[in-house]
Amino acid sequence: MSKRKTPGLNTGASADISFLLLTFFLLTSSINTEQGIPRKLPPPKTDDTPEMKADINKRNVLNVLVNYLDQISVNGEVMPVSELKDKAKEFFSNPTNDPSLPEKVNKPIDGIGDFAVSKGVVSLTNDQGTSYNMYVQVQNELQRAVNELRDETALQYFGKKYDVLDSAAQRAVTAAIPMSISEAPPMDWSKNGAQ
Amino acid sequence: MSRFKKNGKKETPELNMGSMSDIIFMFLFFFMVITTMREASLKVHFTPPQATEIQKLEKKSLVANIYVGAPISKNENTLPPGEVSVQLNDQTIKAEELVADVRDFIGTEKESRDAQDRDKLTFSLKVDKDVQMRYVNTIKQELRKNNALKINYAAGKRAN
Repeated sequence: MSKRKTPGLNTGASADISFLLLTFFLLTSSINTEQGIPRKLPPPKTDDTPEMKADINKRNVLNVLVNYLDQISVNGEVMPVSELKDKAKEFFSNPTNDPSLPEKVNKPIDGIGDFAVSKGVVSLTNDQGTSYNMYVQVQNELQRAVNELRDETALQYFGKKYDVLDSAAQRAVTAAIPMSISEAPPMDWSKNGAQ
Repeated sequence: MSRFKKNGKKETPELNMGSMSDIIFMFLFFFMVITTMREASLKVHFTPPQATEIQKLEKKSLVANIYVGAPISKNENTLPPGEVSVQLNDQTIKAEELVADVRDFIGTEKESRDAQDRDKLTFSLKVDKDVQMRYVNTIKQELRKNNALKINYAAGKRAN
């Protein structure tokens, strides 16, 4: 009994097949478009939730208004969107303990120790006619202010930037620099004003 | 000397193509893993706003998209006064059915996920940058009413 040698299969065509599949996936797909600014909406209103917290001190609120012409006013002062970040940063950090900027409360935080947490809240009001682009820009600048403060705090206490910290340290930094934006019901200029 | 030379012509040996398919398959799997299928064809013009502080969403299977923008064709349903359409799945919705449609959309999206994933479901608002906030506010209100609180403002990456 002599062993018969099996003839080798011609596999050259399988490369063609997989090329075909590859081209199909290349054409039908889009690479990673799922990116953006994540936000959480407040839970739906129930009868238990109080209408407004009247006891919030005026110094703890940063009023950001965006009108239908995409102009921004911060606490009554008109400014371009490029200055909003520094204003918000100053508001959240209050480095000189200015009495017109938010108060801070010392809270014990795991991994950091006692930290003066700001009580500041950004109140964001936009007009129904505000463009979505401006809305995202404002959200972006506020987020940037908080991210820079978190980076600074992370560098100070953990020696690393916020992004590269482990999740426990990230939680600690997030507790130290909370991001509180409250969105007021939008204004409608076209209904109230003379057109 | 000449006894070693059998022929003047040397035959080139055939290349083994077997491993080539392996390489291509590797490419294929790479693309399959990093890509998502576009499940619905767009009915609205959508140019995302540019931002710097964007984050990538972790799990693509836990994202539901809501498109808002100017309609591409004239036959699409629009919201009054007729310049903006809202697209859920592969249809633009009628103004009078907006509330019911958004509620159904949230319901079906939540139901198609496992129970433990339902809270992680993110609704990505893919809104054209020129749309006025009134349309976005309406949709946000509906999302809030239906307890779909995790949202994402889709945006492109800007260097600075």
